[in-house]
Formats: sequence, C-alpha cells, structure tokens
Amino acid sequence: MSPRLRTTLLLAPATVWLLAMLVLPLVVVAVFSFGERAAAGGYSAAFSLENFANLGTRWAAFKNTLMLAPAGTVLCLLIAYPLAYFLAVRADPKWRTLLLILVIVPFWTSILIRSYAWIYLLGGQGVPKLVGLLGFGSPRLVNTPFAVLIGIVYGYLPLMVFPIFVSLERLDKRLLEASADLGSPPWRSFLQVTLPLSMPGVATGCMLVFILLMGEFLIPAMLGGGKVFFVGNALVDLFLQSRNWPFGAAVAVALVVIMLVTVTAYMRLTRRWAGGRDDVSLM
Amino acid sequence: MTDRKDFISREKFMAELWRYKNGSVTRRHFLGVTGLGAATAVLGAAMPGLRSAAWAQGNIGDRVVLATWPNYHDPENFDAFREATGAAVDMNVFGSNEEMLAKLQAGGSGWDVFVPTNYTITTYVDEDLIEPLDLSKIPNYDAASYNQRFAGPGTVDGTVYAVPKNWGTTGFAVNTAQLGANPKPTTWKEFWDMTMADFSGRTMVHDYQLTTIGNALKYYGYSFNSIDPAELADAEKLLLDAKPHLFAISSDYQPSMRSGDAWMTICWTGDGKQMNRDMPEIEYVLGKEGGELWSDFYAIPKGAPHMDAAYALINFLLDPAVNAKESLFHGYPTADARVDALMPPEVLNDPILYPAADLLDALEFGAAVTLTDPNRAELMARFKSA
Repeated sequence: MSPRLRTTLLLAPATVWLLAMLVLPLVVVAVFSFGERAAAGGYSAAFSLENFANLGTRWAAFKNTLMLAPAGTVLCLLIAYPLAYFLAVRADPKWRTLLLILVIVPFWTSILIRSYAWIYLLGGQGVPKLVGLLGFGSPRLVNTPFAVLIGIVYGYLPLMVFPIFVSLERLDKRLLEASADLGSPPWRSFLQVTLPLSMPGVATGCMLVFILLMGEFLIPAMLGGGKVFFVGNALVDLFLQSRNWPFGAAVAVALVVIMLVTVTAYMRLTRRWAGGRDDVSLM
Repeated sequence: MTDRKDFISREKFMAELWRYKNGSVTRRHFLGVTGLGAATAVLGAAMPGLRSAAWAQGNIGDRVVLATWPNYHDPENFDAFREATGAAVDMNVFGSNEEMLAKLQAGGSGWDVFVPTNYTITTYVDEDLIEPLDLSKIPNYDAASYNQRFAGPGTVDGTVYAVPKNWGTTGFAVNTAQLGANPKPTTWKEFWDMTMADFSGRTMVHDYQLTTIGNALKYYGYSFNSIDPAELADAEKLLLDAKPHLFAISSDYQPSMRSGDAWMTICWTGDGKQMNRDMPEIEYVLGKEGGELWSDFYAIPKGAPHMDAAYALINFLLDPAVNAKESLFHGYPTADARVDALMPPEVLNDPILYPAADLLDALEFGAAVTLTDPNRAELMARFKSA
C-alpha cells in the first residue's frame, strides 16, 4: 500500500463524517435562508433576500449576545486564571489530581439541573434572603442579566481553567529561577515570564468559552426568566415556536458570519500580540 | 387458586422476557409461561368492547410511542397496558404544540399516538400529517357520551381525526396573601393593571404567544384569537409597557409561585389546581372577559410505525375506568359522561376543574390561525427581546 493511499484511507472516515455532519447541514441552512416560510410554518423553496433584510428585527438578541458573551468570557478568565495558577504552581502535587477532579465534578450532572438549582439559590428564598438577614435589603437576583452572568461563569469556568492550567504546568520553572537570579522581583517575573508563556492557554480558553457562549440559550432562558434574550433563544423560538425556518436559517447564517469575523480577527490579534511566535497556537 | 400457572413474579417475568428477546424461547412459550396469553384472554372477556380488538390476539408488537405533555398520564395505566398487551409505552414529552408540529413537519418522528390540542387539528389535516381514525378499532369511544363542545374540534369536514382526552381552561393564579389593599382580581384588566402597579416584579406570563398575547388582547375586550393588526398593536403596547414589571416570561411558573418569588401568573387548570391544593392562598381565577378554553385529543400521525398498537393504546386509555384513573392522577377533567359518573363528587364540584357555566361561556377555543399567524409570532419575539 502506498503511503498516499494509506493516508487517504485513514482520513476517509473523518472526511465522510465532516462532510455529512458539518458541511451538508451548513449547506442546508444556507439554502433554507433564502427560502420562504410555508403557510403553516416550515420551509418552502424560493429565492428571496427578505430573511436577511429582516435580520434587524432580532437586533436585540444579537446585541445581548455580543455584550454578554465577551463579558462572560472575561469574567471566566479573571476567575479561572488565579485558580489555574494555584492548581499548577502553588498546590501540593499530592493534592493536585484530587483538586483537578473537583473542578470537573460539576460536569457529571446535567447543566439543566445545575441551572435549575441556581434558580433556587438566586431566588427569593436563597441568597437574597441571606443578604436580607444581614440587613442589606433583599436584592432581586434571579431573572436579571447578572444572574445570567453568574450562570455563565459557573457553567463555563472549567473550560477556561484547564487550558490555562496545562500551559502553566508546562512552564519551565528554571526560567523563573533565572529571572530571580537576575534581580527581578516576583511580580515582575510573573508579568514578564509566567504571563506571556501562559498566553497560549489563555487564548485557547477564551476561544473555547466565547464560541460556546455565542450559541448559548439554556442559561439565559432559565436564569434570565425569558427576559434576557440571546441569539440562541431567538433561534429556538424561530424553529420550535413560530416555525419560521427560513428566517431562523438566516439568523443562524448571520451568527456564523459574525463568529467567522470575530474569531479571525481574534486569531490575527493574538498572533501579533505574541510577536509572530508560532508556539502560541490557539488549539 | 391452587394452580398458579397464571401468576409469575416480576423477576421471573423479566428473566423470561430476556430469554424471549434473546430468541432462546419462542413467542408462544413466552406468552404461555408469563401468563400474558391468559391475561389478554381474561381482559378480552372482562371488557366486551375489547374482545375483537387486534391487541386481544396479542400481535400488536412490543412497543408503542406516545408524544404527549408533562405529567399527563398515570404510569400505572401504562404498566397495565404493557401487562395486557406486551407493548411498552415509550413516552416523548413536549412543551408546546408548535414543537410537536415542528417535529411532525420535519418527518420521521416515529410516533404512534400524539396528543394535539384543538386548534392544531385542522393544520395537521391540511398538512396531511394526521391519520383519519377508524372508529371501529376504538370501540371504547362512544361519541354520544361526550360533550360535543369538547369533542367537536376532533372532526374536520365530517371525518374524525382525533378523539378527546381532557379539557381545561387558561386563567390566572394569584397569591391572595400578597394582595394587600387590592381586592381579589377577577378580570384580565385587573391582572395587567396590578402587574404594572402593586405587583410590579411579581407577575409571570407564559412563554407562549397564544396565551400571553391572547390574554393581553382580553385587556381591551378583543377576541383571544384576534389577528387584526390594529388590535394586535394595542396588545403589543400593553405587553411592552408591562414587560419591565414582569418577574419572568416562562411557562414553568409553579416553582416561582410556590417559593413566593412570583405572586401572580397566567395559569392552566391543572397547575392552578395543584398549587391551590398545596397552598390554598394561591387561587385560580378565570378572567370575566373570557380567555381560553382548550381540549386535548388523542390522534395518530400519518405513517405511524405501530398502527395496531396505536389503536390499542387509544382504546385502552378511553376505557372509562382507565380514563377516570388518568383524570384523578393528573387532575384534568374529561368530556366523557361515563368517566364523570366514576369521579368522586368533590372533584365534580371543584370550581377550578369544572367552572361555573357563566364563566365557561365567556371562554373561546384557540383558533388554528392564531397558532400559525406570523404576525403574532413576530409580536412575541419583539416582546421577548425588548
């Protein structure tokens, strides 16, 4: 068997899978986006740009997503970095595995059930009541954008922790010794050695969280009380409620285009940021 | 009885079932040793109407797929059905008629029986998604014993496509302990006015255009089903004004009502009954202006993979004794006089389940066009994203 044939054969399953599960559905979505809603809902073949012209009616959903997804990503990063640093650098290696498992444990339960638990935690009988007992009034938490952010950080934190942990753990400790030997105080070693070398993990984590957040619909629906409307929620309504598939397809295409643009810009930016070094890969 | 051939323990039954499934015993051995053959014969004899039904011969297959609503069946009835016929009920639970319609439109649902609401049936007929029913296979359906108001929507152009399951109303539930100086609201006008005043931040509306827009229309005295652009514009203004005062837009309102976070919500009969039973201060109100009356049905989708089992299941569930058990389990009334005769008087006299005639008369059935009207769908999207 020639190496070329072997390569082809080995790649065949993945290629077929990608074609059938990624390319084909995307083509269907693209074709549908130019169609018309059938009288009782669904798709009826046509060539019309009307669905794209109507995208403005979902502006609020795009705006919410484009504000809360980056905000959620940054919050995740701010909380995940110290945690990953602690796990990779400070934690006793004896306990490290156990602590890492604790980070994953929540994933063993469905996000639906965990979000439901947050409804009670943030509801009137939960945290607000506790705060009220301490004499600070009872703030409304559940069904606000703030509750959605809490849910997002809670749900996505592990996805941010792990890439950063890996990049910090691989860090060559001798570099820090060298930095100290040359008279650098610890904070300066962190800013000039540790942080730049952990950027690949940061970039990967941010990308993972951001991409998944752009499609999120469950957390806003549950913790936003249906009042915090993401593109994902608009899509669910368009496909399952009003059954306007062509318009739903157009919204989906718009989301894909927005993602392609932001992700490409982000990759260019991180590459320039890293000074063209090719060890800063994204995935 | 000394001869226990007709009895088999649960464990033994499962063991035999596995042997049968693995092919190590024949179907005849399985039916004989488990007593299913005898059970079907006994049931057939006990229920005369069932004697000639296909499943009495035990050849309806081993499963039947039912698409239905949450908490809408007594699991014991399904156990009895499986024991009687050998067909296990595989249940798919849905959140809205739109989701059901979307799934059937997409094709390949694999359902044998589904539970559409009155206003969807003509759409299913127009889309050729629903099977006309062969009533000879549903001997337990006695049209004469049904209240025609609730059974009627199952018949389209003289053909019966669906037989009635349960009916109910859409009103609102209010926690009377939180009323303060307000009188107990009795109208939709008061519902919305209180939402924007003393109940600000405490009211929930359905995440469902039919009921939320419908009951906003009732504020002005318009029809629940209106698709008139001017009337919908009024409803939209009310909804947008009320939105900042809403606790949530969600059809899952029981948890928040029970925890005290929400004080008032648009509410379906069964939820109203369940909350009132556990917390008497939560009362169920039918708006004086009217609102929605609904009726759910059993129907068979086109191309159901287990057609015999579908008929057998519908017939089984419409048996008055089984149906009464269902009704007592989930709390929704049936439209069948034979079932009412089996219900305890306190249920029949319950004002939540069986509202007074004058309140019922003001209610409207949702219309097919209300469900499919694109303008109402877009209005709901604007309301939710505002």
